[in-house]
Amino acid sequence: MKPIYLDNNATTAVAPEVLEAMLPFLRERYGNPSSIHAFGGDVARDVERARERLAALLGAESPTEIVFTSCGTESDNTAILSALEAYPDRRQFITTRVEHPAVLSLAHHLERKGYEVVRVGVDRDGLLDLVELRAALSPRTAIVSAMWANNETGVVFPVEELARMAHEAGALFHTDAVQAVGKIPIDLRRSAIDMLSLSGHKLHAPKGIGALYVRRGTKFRPFLIGGHQERNRRGGTENVPGIVALGAAAELALRHIQEEQTAVRALRDRLENGILERIPDVIVNGHRERRLPNTSNVSFEFVEGEAILLLLDQAGICASSGSACTSGSLEPSHVLRAMGVPFTFAHGSIRFSLSRYNTAEEIDRVLAELPPIIARLREISPFSRAHPVPDCAATCPTGCRGPKSCTPPAPPEDPDPPRRRFGPQHRRR
Amino acid sequence: MAWNYSEKLKDHFLHPRNVGVLEDADGKGEVGSVACGDALTFYLKTDPQTGRITKATFQTFGCGSAIASASALTEMVIGKTVEEALRITNQDIADYLDGIPQEKMHCSVMGREALEAAVAAMRGEKRAADTHEEGKIVCHCFGVTDRKIERAIRENNLTTVEQVTNYTKAGGGCGTCQAEIEEILNRVLEERRREAPPRPAAAGGARMTQLRKIALIQETIEHEVRPVLQKDGGDIELIDVEGDTVRVSLVGHCAGCMAAGFTTGWIQDKLRELVSDRLTIVIEPPGAAEAQR
Ligand SMILES: Cc1ncc(COP(=O)(O)O)c(C=O)c1O
Repeated sequence: MKPIYLDNNATTAVAPEVLEAMLPFLRERYGNPSSIHAFGGDVARDVERARERLAALLGAESPTEIVFTSCGTESDNTAILSALEAYPDRRQFITTRVEHPAVLSLAHHLERKGYEVVRVGVDRDGLLDLVELRAALSPRTAIVSAMWANNETGVVFPVEELARMAHEAGALFHTDAVQAVGKIPIDLRRSAIDMLSLSGHKLHAPKGIGALYVRRGTKFRPFLIGGHQERNRRGGTENVPGIVALGAAAELALRHIQEEQTAVRALRDRLENGILERIPDVIVNGHRERRLPNTSNVSFEFVEGEAILLLLDQAGICASSGSACTSGSLEPSHVLRAMGVPFTFAHGSIRFSLSRYNTAEEIDRVLAELPPIIARLREISPFSRAHPVPDCAATCPTGCRGPKSCTPPAPPEDPDPPRRRFGPQHRRR
Repeated sequence: MAWNYSEKLKDHFLHPRNVGVLEDADGKGEVGSVACGDALTFYLKTDPQTGRITKATFQTFGCGSAIASASALTEMVIGKTVEEALRITNQDIADYLDGIPQEKMHCSVMGREALEAAVAAMRGEKRAADTHEEGKIVCHCFGVTDRKIERAIRENNLTTVEQVTNYTKAGGGCGTCQAEIEEILNRVLEERRREAPPRPAAAGGARMTQLRKIALIQETIEHEVRPVLQKDGGDIELIDVEGDTVRVSLVGHCAGCMAAGFTTGWIQDKLRELVSDRLTIVIEPPGAAEAQR
């Protein structure tokens, strides 16, 4: 049976129209857009048409403000490093505690190279602490980078306000909009944002294509230094099939943007309300209004997320979790910890993320499958409402860092997932 | 992640045996905590006549392998005397499940601890394993003591900080205690080296296996590893094999090069693939071979 795919913040299905649009460029139209001959030159026109389509989705003033990249991570890295290089006298970088590793790992790297990094915190609802941000801004700030929408909770930051605050300090503002593009309307003509990152595979284009919007007039330094492609802003022969696919996906997204706000939101609410009605001791993580229409992050008390995911998988349902066992570290997600979600809930968090390809039937099947799964795991669990999780100090044989209330401590100043300090990092060099 | 589990582990997760509270238990052991991401309560009942365990049940808050480890342990102890049960190691639990992913080994360690705690409670003893008084806390994120770390190193022949984290979680939180773990590791490894008696040429299967193992290791290094390293202007020397620990030193370009960590991992993978997946590689500083000779 076809799986019920509710993990669209991880990646999305390539839309059939998108696949159709890109196929000729994998077959007969393989020319290099930089070539003099018509066989290649014609392809350049398709690249430019894709650029126009993406500019239209973003409401950009001009298609020339779009630089195609290989992924969201490259876009994020490019934007931040560009600002630091363009303003060498400004040695401070401000971001948030809840960014994707595409930004947070870079922040960690920059810190080691001697830059000052500030990571602004969030409140229990996942909303950014604007007071802390204001206090951190200074004439040393080169750039502020804050995500438009959070990949785990869907919480949306007030990016326009953040951009204005950054500008008041003379800094640039970049937003990682990887999760926002295609899900919420964006109109960069009426915006103060200087740079914006997006990634194709989150909006029904394939993996391995991304883009960076750079507002006209913004000082820019390329990250990949090479050929003259992308008007000297990104070296490397263009990923033509990917670019064409992203253009097609952008056009589809623009056509369906209202649907995200209505139909997808209705399905998400049907799922979330259904869970809250059917299962006791559940909380929703993240502000219920200020978030993406497709994302629901819920925590089931007394049970652990990986076990839930595996049983959901058995039932043919794909989702993800912020539990320690799935976060690639031994601690639960840095986002939930930054929000101060109690451990009793953080380990049992599940993220459902929908797309316009989901149906009401699928949601109803999840609502039928999930309650017995949670009930079953709760039967195995030593904890329940009748046997609440005891005081941390009482259960932790050695009085672990979690204080009495079992509230997780704020993540350390440097929230780089510790497991990555082993092997892979050495390998990266 | 996902189904990186053996069929047997999967089966114990999907159909856990002996779940629940044992009302008439003689002993109950509780370990872990929600803060740390997994917790286990283990119940035991024995026959006063025979001293054998007649019933064992559990309750787990944790991931798939935590549930499966506890379920397996109940099956393993039923029918055994308490003394026999206490001899079960975390590796036995892992073996019973046809293996547990390395990064989940702490689940099997937790099972063994809960069993010990239940036996201690049954005997009216104060719980021995890792209480506050027993040792000093090294990892404050997960409340792991030096005692527990040392024990895991000894019982499982651990040789790297990463392995210690996999088995005890220590060092897997903020990571600030990794240096301290490394110190413990070095101390224990040093002690073991001294403790290990020079082995007489005893006959017997184990000895033969060790000989065969060393021969295979030599062969692998000679034919698989060295040619690749030499291509990059480097070389490798086998210094010693102690149990499952292979001591080598890298020479030429390989020593101290940026990719040393990568090379080490690759060599270990090769040895595990071609000789035994229990092998761990330890890199000695260049010149160690000479010193030893
Ligand atoms: C918020 C956010 N930023 C960046 C990325 C990275 O995008 P990519 O996988 O294209 O590098 C992701 C995807 O996981 C994301 O969710």
